[in-house]
Amino acid sequence: MVEVVKKGGDTLLDIRNLRIEATVYPPGESPKNIVLVHDVSLTLEKGKVLGLIGESGAGKSTIGLSSMGYGRGGVRITGGEVILNGRDILKGGKEGFRKLRGREVCYVAQSAAAAFNPAHRLMDQVVEATLLHGTATRAEAEKRAVALFKKLSLPNPETIGERFPHQVSGGQLQRVMTAMALCSEPDLIVFDEPTTALDVTTQIDVLAAIKDAIRDTHVAALYITHDLAVVAQVSDEIMVLRHGRLVEWGGTRQIIKEPRQEYTKALVSMHDIEHAEQKPGATPLLSVRNVTAAYGGGCIKVLKNVSVDIYPGQTLAVVGESGSGKSTLARAITGLLPPEQGTVTFDGRPLANRLADRPKEDLRQLQMIYQMADVAMNPRQTVGTIIGRPLELYFGIKGRERDKRVAELLDAIEMGKGFSDRYPAELSGGQKQRVCIARSLAAKPKLIICDEVTSALDPLVANGILKLLLNLQQHEKVAYLFITHDFATVRSIADSIGVMYRGEVVRYGAKSKVLMPPFDAYTGLLLSSVPEMRPGWLDEIRSSVTAGFAKMAEMSDEGISLASGH
Amino acid sequence: MNLVLRLVAQRVALGLLLLLAVSVLIFAGTQILPGDVAQAILGQSATPESLANLREQLGVNDPAFVRYFHWLGGAVTGDLGTAMSSGQDIATSIKGRLWNTLFLAFWAAIVAVPLAIILGLIAVRYRNGWVDKLISGLALASTSFPEFFIGYLLVYFFAVKWQIFPAISTVYDGMPFGERMQAIALPAAALTLAVLAHMMRMTRAAILNVMQSAYVETAELKGLSAFAVIRKHAFPNAIAPIINVVMLNLAYLIVGVVVVEVIFVYPGMGQYLVDHVTKRDVPVVQAVGLIFAAVYVGLNIIADIAAIVANPRLRHPK
Amino acid sequence: MLDIKRIPIPALIGIILTALFVLAAVFAPWIAPHGNGEIVGDVWEPMSAAHLLGTDNLGRDLLSRMIYGARITLFIAVLATVLSFSLGAILGFSAAVFGGWFDTLLSRLVDLLMSIPTLIMGLVVLSVLPTNLVTLILVMGILDSTRVYRLSRAVAVDINVMDYVEAAKLRGEGSGWIIFREILPNALSPLVSELGLRFIYAVLFLSTLSFLGLGVQPPDADWGGMVKENKDGIVFGIAAALIPAAAIAALAISVNLVADWILNRTTSLKGGRG
Repeated sequence: MVEVVKKGGDTLLDIRNLRIEATVYPPGESPKNIVLVHDVSLTLEKGKVLGLIGESGAGKSTIGLSSMGYGRGGVRITGGEVILNGRDILKGGKEGFRKLRGREVCYVAQSAAAAFNPAHRLMDQVVEATLLHGTATRAEAEKRAVALFKKLSLPNPETIGERFPHQVSGGQLQRVMTAMALCSEPDLIVFDEPTTALDVTTQIDVLAAIKDAIRDTHVAALYITHDLAVVAQVSDEIMVLRHGRLVEWGGTRQIIKEPRQEYTKALVSMHDIEHAEQKPGATPLLSVRNVTAAYGGGCIKVLKNVSVDIYPGQTLAVVGESGSGKSTLARAITGLLPPEQGTVTFDGRPLANRLADRPKEDLRQLQMIYQMADVAMNPRQTVGTIIGRPLELYFGIKGRERDKRVAELLDAIEMGKGFSDRYPAELSGGQKQRVCIARSLAAKPKLIICDEVTSALDPLVANGILKLLLNLQQHEKVAYLFITHDFATVRSIADSIGVMYRGEVVRYGAKSKVLMPPFDAYTGLLLSSVPEMRPGWLDEIRSSVTAGFAKMAEMSDEGISLASGH
Repeated sequence: MNLVLRLVAQRVALGLLLLLAVSVLIFAGTQILPGDVAQAILGQSATPESLANLREQLGVNDPAFVRYFHWLGGAVTGDLGTAMSSGQDIATSIKGRLWNTLFLAFWAAIVAVPLAIILGLIAVRYRNGWVDKLISGLALASTSFPEFFIGYLLVYFFAVKWQIFPAISTVYDGMPFGERMQAIALPAAALTLAVLAHMMRMTRAAILNVMQSAYVETAELKGLSAFAVIRKHAFPNAIAPIINVVMLNLAYLIVGVVVVEVIFVYPGMGQYLVDHVTKRDVPVVQAVGLIFAAVYVGLNIIADIAAIVANPRLRHPK
Repeated sequence: MLDIKRIPIPALIGIILTALFVLAAVFAPWIAPHGNGEIVGDVWEPMSAAHLLGTDNLGRDLLSRMIYGARITLFIAVLATVLSFSLGAILGFSAAVFGGWFDTLLSRLVDLLMSIPTLIMGLVVLSVLPTNLVTLILVMGILDSTRVYRLSRAVAVDINVMDYVEAAKLRGEGSGWIIFREILPNALSPLVSELGLRFIYAVLFLSTLSFLGLGVQPPDADWGGMVKENKDGIVFGIAAALIPAAAIAALAISVNLVADWILNRTTSLKGGRG
């Protein structure tokens, strides 16, 4: 063993050569051993925040949980040391882990809604760890909890603890969970994607609350996320991980401004797609006029008087948060949800309301790509069949001619023709989405509706898909209706933008105009809520966002509830 | 709390409605023969007098719905009619037998339920280990065994080879408790084995479902001991699904009773039913069928009510 | 397609045993050493070289009766399964695809039928119906079709809302393509595995009915009936009744093993059922 010299006296966490393995049980096969984390080392000083970043499968959550001696499922630590407050916690055994968890290290999960026990009141759960470890009396702990609720700007801090988890919104629960972690005054908190499941305007609120709480309580934190812009706001240092290995580790400013590794550079420069806005043509390709649509036989209005235009070969991005009606707009245009009122005109002719009444030619010219590529393809069909079917159906192309076209299409989506015999299950997430794109291209459509096509993908893969879509637009002159919740994506690809909020289009026009002040209250809030990849952004925009919330509260009869989720 | 009460009341009302529909179905089930029921029951060699007699007894001269309401009216007031084969009052014959059957089912459940839950917990604790595999292997085997295979295996070894328990479960009024327990030992064991595996498998699934939820992880990460995690966090959420499993399997036990009673010649409802199906004694079959179905429906209602009462979302609405 | 070496051992055992039972049933007259009703010796003779499994309560060769019994058991169980399966699957699929009042009506009816234990309902109906093979198959098939209905409806409803089915509808595919090319291939595996379970249930149900004296009538006997014939020997220490009972268990376990394997194969194909 080599003697490792300790870095100063204030090192809180020192992980050395960590190796983590797991046993997986694929159904119908014998159990397999896989390595999740290879030889990762890190140190964290007291009161500092280290961001762990990487795409899915990078091992970031696994490393975070190892600081509590915890492994999910069959996950176990098979090598290295985890030194917390000067002692190797891996040597403490089960009893040691129990003493450490909830006292020295606390955990904030991604989905607070699932992480709170539905059977108990919030307060009981918030003070549970404190009482368990006997660091305070119940009265003290509850007082502390209420103070934390206030600090995290939860509504009704005195009484919110009386509530059950299902009585509180998602954004609020996430803050209650943070209070729960802080309540036992730990040395370290592991934040595991605490804002990922939230809408962007809710996220900024929770993020700010977390940041304040960390600063005021001087707790150290491991902040795990896949979003570099988010982690840049809260952490002092950033560690980039990939496939369970360390890629790069440095100060936040260095990682963001001067990344050294290729992978980090790619992550940082992700939104570098330049797409010059095109001027709208003379006549729109698709024209939506005063469309109103509802679910449940007219009971729940989800689209109210929506009008937008899409010009040939251009992209309209429709952006909004969950429940804004943006996906419903796609369903109304495709005829899956026939509008109650209003018209949809395509290429100069009115489109029938119901899908069943539309001629094949209309169906061909209007294609759709879905968010979840793996359920958008029949798992029992090969890639060749999937891409070839529109050729057969619309153009009657069969046999060798069809195979040739399929090969060309596979080429167009930057995949080889060898893929045509594969099944969807054999493809990666990005490849699946590419095949879906090829399937829609096969129909030679004039318009493709892209419904959140990149949101289920890792950032770099998503970026590749966006580039591909832009390329194809240039060659095929196809128009896109691009539905997304992500403003960064909108900036990269749109020619015009529609912002949706509660079933209405609140702002609509050319990209340059929509993104140019003065903004309406909602768009302003939405735009300022999108995390930017530079340290200090959160502190700068805090005041404007707070003002935005106030303005929205005036506008909306449901008050601040917008800010705190649903 | 009001919401819960309302839901429970709704569920009970729905159950009663279902029971009514079930009675229609059971009644209709004995009317499905095209042509003359009396002829079908007595066969081609029947004399005209006996046919007329039977028709009178069956009341087939009235339209079906009149007979149904007559029958139902009687059943609700405790009058189940008279048996065709013996002329005895059905309600009187059933009373003692129903008690016998419930006695048998009760002791089988007393053994089976805790055993199944404990084995289910063990399977969860050592999941994917050899104990779990052994338990699920046994579960597979026992769901494949017909009840009479288990029953006669028990008889063959415990009654004939080793002579520990009687092969035939004779019980009579005023029988001392100890003797009665000895008499029902084998049928109760057979019933237990018949439902045990299935109940255990379902308990395992129910507990696993709760143990894999995020809030159990939260509790573990607070430093709670394994026991405290189960007691404070897993148990309150697992109770409803487990009650559900238990009720469903008790309902299954009711069916198993029929075969087991025949094997051990036990004077209960099941044997009574089978006897009278063979004798084509329609009034008895209807009455016993209705009682079995009512118990089955009742257990299902209890399972649903347990789920409603245990759900915090319903107990504390927004 | 299928590599025999990759079949797990339990499934292999299941396949082999099931195949043996089927072969015995199909070639019964050629395999059985004696006739089905032929009295060849004393009552309940022990196992011997002449009578490998001994003789039964009337002095008939037990092995021969077991082989003929396999024939009757499998014949009725297969027909009842085919009936319950085609009835349940067709109605279930139709309910899922057409929806509306058709779906509501059928589903409520099935709920009602399933709220009475199958055995009890079977006994009620059999108390008035003539005892013959046709009745038996019809009663077993119809009562059991409720379960197939529920499963196939659920599977079809699941698949019907998948994006790939929506994509096919948007593409303008006809209902033929959607049902046979999009839904059916994905519903097949869970249904095939369910087929195995339904078959086991049919075997057990038939055996129970025959054991209670309400199934196959003498002089023919399925395995359940043979248990009934020989059950009185048990108290004298004669195990003849246990042999057909064990055969039922063996058949059920083998089919279960195969069904389990098929189900596992299905779920291991990612997105196989969605």
